[in-house]
Amino acid sequence: MRRLVLIAVPYLWLLTLFLIPFLIVLKISLSDTALSIPPYTPTLDLGAGWTGVKEFFAGLDFENFWFLTTDELYWKAYLSSLQIAFLSTIMTLIVGYPIAYGMAQAPDEWRPTLMLLVILPFWTSFLIRVYAWMGILSREGLLNQFLLWTGVIDAPVKILNTDTAVYIGIVYTYLPFMVLPIYATLEKLDESLLEAAEDLGCSRASAFWLVTVPLSKSGIIAGCFLVFIPALGEFVIPSLLGGSQTLMIGKVLWEEFFNNRDWPIASAVAVVLLLILIVPIILFQRNEQKQREAEG
Amino acid sequence: MRRLTWFNATSLTLGFAFLYIPMLILIIFSFNASKLVMVWAGFSTRWYGELLQNEAFLSAAWTTLKVAVASSTIATVLGTMAAYVLIRGGRFWGRTLFSGMIYAPLVMPEVITGLSLLLLFIGIGLDRGVLTIVLAHTTFSMCFVSVVVSSRLVSFDRSLEEAALDLGSTPFEAFRLVTLPIIAPAVISGWLLAFTLSLDDLVIASFTSGPSATTLPIKIFSSIRLGVSPEINALSTILILIVTIGVLTASLVSKRSSLKMQADERAAVRN
Amino acid sequence: MAQTVFEPWNDPDQEPLIQFRNVTKRFGDFTAIDNLSLDIFEREFFALLGPSGCGKTTMMRMLAGFEGVSEGAIYLSGKDIAPVPPNKRAVNMMFQSYALFPHLSVWDNIAFGLKRDRLPKKAIGDRVSEMLQLTRLEKFAHRKPHQISGGQRQRVALARSLAKAPKLLLLDEPLGALDKKLRQDTQFELMDIQEKTGTTFVIVTHDQEEAMTVASRVAVMDEGRLIQVDTPAQIYESPNSLYVADFIGDVNIIEGHAKKSGDGYDITFAEGQPVLHAKTSRDLGSAGKCYLAIRPEKVTVSAEKPEGRTNLVKGTILDIAYLGNLSTYHVKLASGQIIKAQTANTRRIARRDLTWEDEVWLSWTETAAVVLEV
Repeated sequence: MRRLVLIAVPYLWLLTLFLIPFLIVLKISLSDTALSIPPYTPTLDLGAGWTGVKEFFAGLDFENFWFLTTDELYWKAYLSSLQIAFLSTIMTLIVGYPIAYGMAQAPDEWRPTLMLLVILPFWTSFLIRVYAWMGILSREGLLNQFLLWTGVIDAPVKILNTDTAVYIGIVYTYLPFMVLPIYATLEKLDESLLEAAEDLGCSRASAFWLVTVPLSKSGIIAGCFLVFIPALGEFVIPSLLGGSQTLMIGKVLWEEFFNNRDWPIASAVAVVLLLILIVPIILFQRNEQKQREAEG
Repeated sequence: MRRLTWFNATSLTLGFAFLYIPMLILIIFSFNASKLVMVWAGFSTRWYGELLQNEAFLSAAWTTLKVAVASSTIATVLGTMAAYVLIRGGRFWGRTLFSGMIYAPLVMPEVITGLSLLLLFIGIGLDRGVLTIVLAHTTFSMCFVSVVVSSRLVSFDRSLEEAALDLGSTPFEAFRLVTLPIIAPAVISGWLLAFTLSLDDLVIASFTSGPSATTLPIKIFSSIRLGVSPEINALSTILILIVTIGVLTASLVSKRSSLKMQADERAAVRN
Repeated sequence: MAQTVFEPWNDPDQEPLIQFRNVTKRFGDFTAIDNLSLDIFEREFFALLGPSGCGKTTMMRMLAGFEGVSEGAIYLSGKDIAPVPPNKRAVNMMFQSYALFPHLSVWDNIAFGLKRDRLPKKAIGDRVSEMLQLTRLEKFAHRKPHQISGGQRQRVALARSLAKAPKLLLLDEPLGALDKKLRQDTQFELMDIQEKTGTTFVIVTHDQEEAMTVASRVAVMDEGRLIQVDTPAQIYESPNSLYVADFIGDVNIIEGHAKKSGDGYDITFAEGQPVLHAKTSRDLGSAGKCYLAIRPEKVTVSAEKPEGRTNLVKGTILDIAYLGNLSTYHVKLASGQIIKAQTANTRRIARRDLTWEDEVWLSWTETAAVVLEV
């Protein structure tokens, strides 16, 4: 009896507030836009009995999804989200790997402090960390002042409200997600493996490529997915740092919903975004599982 | 041999400079006397004073705090239950669906979570306000709590619970007297995580809040959309300070207790 | 003064404390316990001995109530225990990991079970003091488990499981985590406490020496079945199967053909080797393949041919293992068979005259070897 309650409470909570809402999104994505409240038809009328249910299903179609493919705004937004997420993941890896490597090589007594320094931004408000860059990247911002002072440029350049700013924002805010899993695998790396490689004739650099990098592969994969998956649906960064020409699907969804009040299209956009995310999510889960099995 | 080569030292220095300089600049310019945020015009605490006069910010902060305390507390209870069910519940009907629903919100884009909850609340005719934000925050943060707690439960020595049963406890007593005190640190960090997630959240709160309830991130977002403002710098500085003090205290406490544990164990071996 | 021997298993009037009646336990397709019946008597110190995976831990967990039975029934004092949950059983367990509650002091760990019975404060205090005294832990009452040594933790675990004065105490590899020296001392302490409290102990172990030392009876298990249940001496001296002979101690196994002769069997085992004779009351049927099991310490090794021995073979010394108090000679017979012989080193090393490649005679008495069925 107690066991039943224990299972039922969180189960029902998630069914009501996670699964059912998502089914509603799915349903609305198959409905038609209407100038009514709520702004879509058909609505399920259980009072009408079986005919109500039949009418409900008859009213559903894939029109909205078809619309997504015809209007180039949407597929351009998906493609550009994928591109931004992919490139910024690579950049985060390039910035993050040396940090993780340096941490793993640091003397033992430093490591807890370094770890703390990586985790601290993670606990700090996301919004504030994005905001911090707004002042730096603006036309009168510190970066422009600095570049003018050094003489690299002679007139302020526009950085804020461009894709460049979006890349900087993603790399900056998601850096801890890349550093921590890579550091976790590098920290466990047995130092004698490198000595063995050098003993067998590898140079320091080739030992790094042939031993360290392959052995930190699972951390690299985990870090990349932890950056890529949330970056794909990102809303805050493109809307604060990006410009009007920055197309990201999270921002499109927001605007469809709040500005155009087109619920069926917003829902269809969400469903497609989720379908795109399923592949990296499954790959990520598989990597995690492999790692768990390898650790026994 | 660990060696701190010039390469490692440089990458660490540059890396941490990248992580911290933007926040330092933010803090420095919160003490700027000028209204133009990026032009230094002397030291002043004027913006802090104005912030404390700003009713809208204060009431948003109060709402945020209420939402965060309520949602993280409910999420901790539900998330701990869910973790217990996942690790100890054995088989039951729909277990795969259940664990899917625990893990999916962790990777679900916030815009989708927010949208779907909003559509639910409209569908059942629930007025949007503090209650709906609490429901929404509880739902996604309970999944984070459940992951934190279940990773502790996995390594929990099950014979401790069996010993409690063997000595005459009911299963509930065994949980209350043995399991809970031992996993308490994980439950507390789950609560802290849920609390910060709720404090930080902009997207889901924007979808699920109504005109009657504005949280701090919503307020900050709407004011920084128009550009940088020194008041927001002051507010950010205060928030950064709170988080820093919190994280440092937590890590010092845990470091001290683990050092004490080690010292005790060494002493026990010597006796 | 006549001391009655403690042998309740030989007394048909004795009511067993625990009865396993045709118990089978399956985990999915795997049969952990296979149609097993066993009686354990009050005040016994009973050992379940076997390699890992033989089902001994499952037996113990069924007694404690953490596993149900698939078929058959277990009775405690004549009552079926299947419907009784673990927290209602008059059975306590000492866990292999000790399972001491890390957040509670030694005192609170011992008092844990008593508090669950809602005993008055005074009674709990008295009982805990008694237990602390029994296990010599008075000084450590207010320490936490991580503040005491491994041996002390073991005693806390014992005190905690004995505090409720259970009818039956289960001990799962109780000495497994201790080092060898401490283990030997603790074995005697355990026997002492068992005798003082008069509790029935069932111990699970994979260490045959430990089982032989502490137990009044030993059950040797393999693949979910009982192979032999007997006193330690009987298990060692007259094993009922090759498995038991091989599992307990060191043994020479000679494969041969048995033929009934007088009060025992004649065994031929190789061309050109003499016929061996072993006395036994066991009946192997008419004749056929058999095993002869001889303990190395029962084989005499000598440089000259001894007179008047029934079992006498010749070979050369292949290896000598000097163990200090004992020496083991590995002797190869002309047939290729290797036989181990053990002698006690009562004389100084310089006086011993056997060395590698020496020709020696091995002999043993009619009753030294045990004939076993294939």
